[in-house]
Amino acid sequence: MNWNALFENIGQHTIDGLAKGAIFALVALGYTLVYGVLRLINFAHSEVWMVGTFAIFGFWSLLGVTDNPPLGTAIMLLLGGLLVGAAASGGTALLVERTAYRRLRQKNVPPLIFLITAIAISLVLQEIFGLWQGRLVVGMPSLIKRETVLTIGNAEINNIQIIILVSALVMMVGLDWFVNKTRNGRAIRAVAQNPDSAALMGINKDRVIMLVFVLGGIMAGAAALLWDMRYQITKFDIGFVLGLKAFTAAVLGGIGNLRGALLGGLLLGVIEVYGATLTQSTWEDVFAFVVLVVVLLFRPTGLLGESLGRARA
Amino acid sequence: MSQGIRGVTGAIGDRWRSLPGWQRFVAYAAGVAFLYYLPLLGIPGLTWFRTDYIEGGNSWAGVLFLCAVYVLIAIGLNVVIGLAGLLDLGYVGFYAIGAYSVALFGSTQSPVVQWIQQEFGLGTTWAVAWAACIPIAIAAAMISGVLLGWPTLRLRGDYLAIVTLGFGEIIRIVAKNMKEVTNGAEGIGAIPGPQGAPSADNNIFGLLDPKPWYWLALTVVLIMVFLVRRLENSRVGRSWLAIREDEDAAAVMGVQGFKFKLWAFAIGAALGGISGLLFASRQGFIQPAQFDAALSILFVAMVVVGGSGNMAGVAAGAVLLTYLPERFREVAEYRNLAFGVALLLVMLFIPQGLIPSRRRARELKDREKEAPANA
Repeated sequence: MNWNALFENIGQHTIDGLAKGAIFALVALGYTLVYGVLRLINFAHSEVWMVGTFAIFGFWSLLGVTDNPPLGTAIMLLLGGLLVGAAASGGTALLVERTAYRRLRQKNVPPLIFLITAIAISLVLQEIFGLWQGRLVVGMPSLIKRETVLTIGNAEINNIQIIILVSALVMMVGLDWFVNKTRNGRAIRAVAQNPDSAALMGINKDRVIMLVFVLGGIMAGAAALLWDMRYQITKFDIGFVLGLKAFTAAVLGGIGNLRGALLGGLLLGVIEVYGATLTQSTWEDVFAFVVLVVVLLFRPTGLLGESLGRARA
Repeated sequence: MSQGIRGVTGAIGDRWRSLPGWQRFVAYAAGVAFLYYLPLLGIPGLTWFRTDYIEGGNSWAGVLFLCAVYVLIAIGLNVVIGLAGLLDLGYVGFYAIGAYSVALFGSTQSPVVQWIQQEFGLGTTWAVAWAACIPIAIAAAMISGVLLGWPTLRLRGDYLAIVTLGFGEIIRIVAKNMKEVTNGAEGIGAIPGPQGAPSADNNIFGLLDPKPWYWLALTVVLIMVFLVRRLENSRVGRSWLAIREDEDAAAVMGVQGFKFKLWAFAIGAALGGISGLLFASRQGFIQPAQFDAALSILFVAMVVVGGSGNMAGVAAGAVLLTYLPERFREVAEYRNLAFGVALLLVMLFIPQGLIPSRRRARELKDREKEAPANA
C-alpha cells in the first residue's frame, strides 16, 4: 500500500477520479432508466456504449481527421461526434428493445431469461465488431491538445477533464429536467411507479419503454464521445469492464435513481483512482467489484435509494 | 418448429419410460459401452463425425475429452441454474480454482510446493500426490462456493448474477497478480496426472495419447450423473425445485431457501472444481488467461441451450457447443458469434431449451398465460 503517493497528490487524484467517474455516471444512467421502468438489468447496455465509441471513431476516420485540428474544426467534430454517437447508441438500444426485449415481455418470462438474452445480445454485438473491426485496440486522433488550464494547490486540471465534467453535468441536468418537468418525463415516471395504472390513464407503455431505451442510449453515446476524446482508443470487448463499473455506479447511488447514478459514478471514479494509486494499478479493476459487493450487502438500495423521479409509494 | 422439437423429445421420453426395466438396462449398458468405444470410432459412415478426418482437425479423443469435461461442468452448473434457479455467471471461477488446486499443490514448479519443500526440508522432487489433490480441489472449490454464496445468496436473482460475474473476474485477476503464489501470467507447468508429473515414462496418462484421459473423464461423468440424479430425486432436489418455482411458497412449506441455495452453490462449485482438475491434469500447464469471463458465458450457454433443469439436455448442449466448432473448423472464427446467435434464438423462441425439462417447460407456459394484456 502506497499511502504517500495517495496523500501527496490527493487533490490531483480526486480530480482525475471525478473526470473518470463522469463517464461511468453517463453510462450508469442507461442501467438506471431501464431498471427504474422495467425492473430489469439491461446487461447489453455496455455494448450499446461500445457501438457508440466505434461509430464516433468511424465518423472521424471517414472525415480523415488528423491530430490536433484547429479549435473551430475540433468543436465541430466533437458536436458531430455527439450526434453520431447518440444516434448509433440510441439506435442500437432501440433495436435491442424492439427485436428482443419486447418479445420476452409479451411472454412474461422470468427475469433470468431477460438476463441471459441480454448476455447473448452482448456477445453477438461484441463478435460483430470483433470480426468487422479486428480484435486489436483501435486508436484514434486526439482532437484537443491536453493543456493544464487551472491549478488548485498542486492539483492540475486540464482542459479535457473540464470538458468531460461540464458536458457530463449538462447532459445529466438535461435528463433530470426531461424526466421531472416534461410531459414525456411524467409518462416515464408514471410507468415506473405503476405500469398498470399508467396504462389505464392512457399512457402507451410500449412507447414509454422505447423512449427510456433511447434516452439511455443517447447518454451512452455522449459517454462514448467523452471516452473517445479522453482515451482515444476503443476495442470490441471494451464494454465488458466499463459496463460492470457503470452498473456498480448505478447500484452504489441507488439503481433507478437518476441523481444516484451521478453520485455513484463520481464516487466510484474517485474510489478507483485512489485504489489504483495505492496498489500501483495492478488491482484497479477489482475495486468496482468490491464496492459492488459491499454496497449490496449493507445497503442494497444504494446511497440515495431506489426510485425514478419521485419516491415510490 | 419449437412445438415439433418439444413434441418429439417428449414422445421419446414417454416411450422410454414405458419400457420394461430390463430393456432400459440393456439400452443403458449399450449406450455406455458405445461411449467408451467412441474414441476408436471406425464404423464406416460414422467416421465423418471424427474431427481428425478433416484438414487441421484436432485429435478426436482429445475433442471427446474436452466434451466430457464440459459435460461435467454443464451438470454442475445445471444444479445451480437449472435446479435451484440461480444464475451463476462466474462459474469459470470454480473451474479455475479446481485447476489451480492441482497446479499449486501437485506441480514441482509451483511456488507453494517450493515453499513447502524449503520449509520442511523436503527434496526438490517432492509434491502433493495427484490423488491427494482431488480432495484439495473439491474442498477449495466448495469453500469458495460457500464464501461467495454466504453473503450474496440473499440478494435478488439479477444482482446475484452480476456479483458472480465479478467473482469470476476477481479469481482471474488474483491468479494473474499474486505472482509469489501462482507464478502470475506466466502460468504453471508440470501439473501431475494419475501417473504423477508429466514425463516420457507415463505409459497410460501421457501427453500424447488422449484416449485414457477421455475414458477417465467419461467415468467421472458417469459417476457424477448417477450421484446428481440421486440428489435430484431426493429431499434436497425437491427443495431446489420448490425454491426455483416460488421461494415464498417454499418458505411457507418449511423449506429453508438460503440453506438449500447454499448447498446448490457448494455442490455446483465442487463439480466445477473436479472438471478444472481434470482439465489442468490433461493440459499439464495452465495460465490465468485460460479462465476468462467468455468461458463463463459459454458454460451458461451450454446449460441454457441444452435445456436447463434436464441433465440429458445440458449434456447435449455441452457436447454440441464443444464439438461443432471443432468439426467445422472452417468457421471456427465465427464460433463465438454462433454461440451468441444460438443463445439468443433459443431464449427468444424456445426458452426452455432444446431438450427441456418438462416441469420447466410447463412453468414457462403458465407464466405466458398469466402475462398481463398490455405487456
